[in-house]
Amino acid sequence: MRTIRIGSGAGYSGDRIEPAVELAEKGDIQYLVFECLGERTVALAQQARMKNPDAGFDPLLEERMRAVLPICAAKGIRIVTNMGAANPVAAAGKTAEIAKSLGLSSLKVAAIVGDDVLDACKDGDLRIMEFDGSIRQLGNRLLSANAYLGAEPMAQALSSGADIVITGRASDPALFLAPMIHAFGWAMDDWNLLGQGTVAGHLLECAGQITGGYFADPGYKDIPDLARLGFPIGEVGADGSLVITKVAGSGGAVTAQTCKEQLLYEVHDPSQYIQPDVVADFSQVQVEEIAKDRVRVSGGRGTKRTDTLKVSVGYVDSYIGEGQISYAGPGALARGRLALEIVRERLKLTGVAASEVRFELIGVDALHGVQISAHANEPYEVRVRVTGRTENLREAVRIGNEVETLYTNGPAAGGGAFKSARDVVAVASVLLPRELARPQVRFVGA
Amino acid sequence: MKLREIAHSRTGDKGNTSNISVIAYDEKHYPLLLEQVTSARVRAHFAGVVEGEVVRYELPNIAALNFVMTGALGGGVTRSLALDAHGKSLSSALLDLEIDAGPG
Repeated sequence: MRTIRIGSGAGYSGDRIEPAVELAEKGDIQYLVFECLGERTVALAQQARMKNPDAGFDPLLEERMRAVLPICAAKGIRIVTNMGAANPVAAAGKTAEIAKSLGLSSLKVAAIVGDDVLDACKDGDLRIMEFDGSIRQLGNRLLSANAYLGAEPMAQALSSGADIVITGRASDPALFLAPMIHAFGWAMDDWNLLGQGTVAGHLLECAGQITGGYFADPGYKDIPDLARLGFPIGEVGADGSLVITKVAGSGGAVTAQTCKEQLLYEVHDPSQYIQPDVVADFSQVQVEEIAKDRVRVSGGRGTKRTDTLKVSVGYVDSYIGEGQISYAGPGALARGRLALEIVRERLKLTGVAASEVRFELIGVDALHGVQISAHANEPYEVRVRVTGRTENLREAVRIGNEVETLYTNGPAAGGGAFKSARDVVAVASVLLPRELARPQVRFVGA
Repeated sequence: MKLREIAHSRTGDKGNTSNISVIAYDEKHYPLLLEQVTSARVRAHFAGVVEGEVVRYELPNIAALNFVMTGALGGGVTRSLALDAHGKSLSSALLDLEIDAGPG
């Protein structure tokens, strides 16, 4: 049976660079996938593109491409990535230019366009899923609307000879499903195969999170050599069989435990993991260690895809102001609490207009609130944190100011004050009838 | 004993919803998880953090539970005021749950 090996070269936009180089050099892979597009990144990239029509793609694209292109070209490894963000065509153009400068001008670069569905969403005035409202009601706060595309256009690009495929918003598992569909000729209505392929893509998409990253807990879950964490390889058969592994000698570990944790990561109902290409069913998945750093994962299934695509809508939500200051030594906790009380009263006295404010002590109750942390021991040092949501930047600035002025007006010995104020680009979702998104493949030259 | 002694856990986020997996190290402890790590108990443990409901999904094949908690992330990851906007640290709080190992 034919098998392909797919490497996962990045789990988020800022991820380490050299594990992908290691995969290309020593991983015996045919495909290298970079998942670099967070939930709201497209909206921020769209803002960048509005300022400069050639911008709006991943800021690390050049560094990643320069690091891996020579090896990938020499070994015939094909690249699939969502580093196109809000401007896949410009990203493809940049990549072709980099390839040319490296003497690799024979590489074929394709961009996938059509995930930008802002006009279709406006025309339909679609309802927002997370709160009561519609697209048009967002008015001029609306920044972007990008549909999560499926694997088909990326598979088409590979079948048309692309060495590098660059997309914008696409479902993360679809980046991995595309090489499988291309290599094995899977039918787009073979729901069980697409479901098992989605299991593979889902396990691989966060890169180091399945090789021991986001996992270690000393004394309970020990992982060797996290500073040299190896990124994962999915060994996929034409029948959907799957083994997760990594480069021999790299740091980290692939175990049944790391695979189970990643299987359920960001999953709600495991029997209905809704993807653009299939509704995947993880509920019958089995996980089995077959050798050191080799785990077989089987039993993924699927049912017919839905008639809609999920669309990520970027909008300016509000402004956030924040201030922090530290107290240490005997009485640190009491002084921290006094500081919070002072800021609480000051915000009231000076009439700062905030719709929501948090008063907390980092090291005490900031992460899980007062109830869960109630029985903890008193810490040596605490950090006061006050943060609030406002309607404009001016109000947001006032929150940090009321923390900073604790230096000379607050409890004894406060140090290391910090303040910030920023606008908040948030994302919400709408469901778009599938036929209204029309993805296309565009080959781009240098 | 603490849940941490028999299970490991990972948190994931989507919008204003957090999911926490609870996976038995040894599948013989799965019945203990089923019996004692109920959605009602998880809801009570996270009172003050989770505003919505807690739904539990069971995965006997991998001896795991998956808890889906709505209204758990301060209005949503991309707009939350929280220090840990993703709620990534919530799994550690759940592993602090007390488990009755029973006789023997």
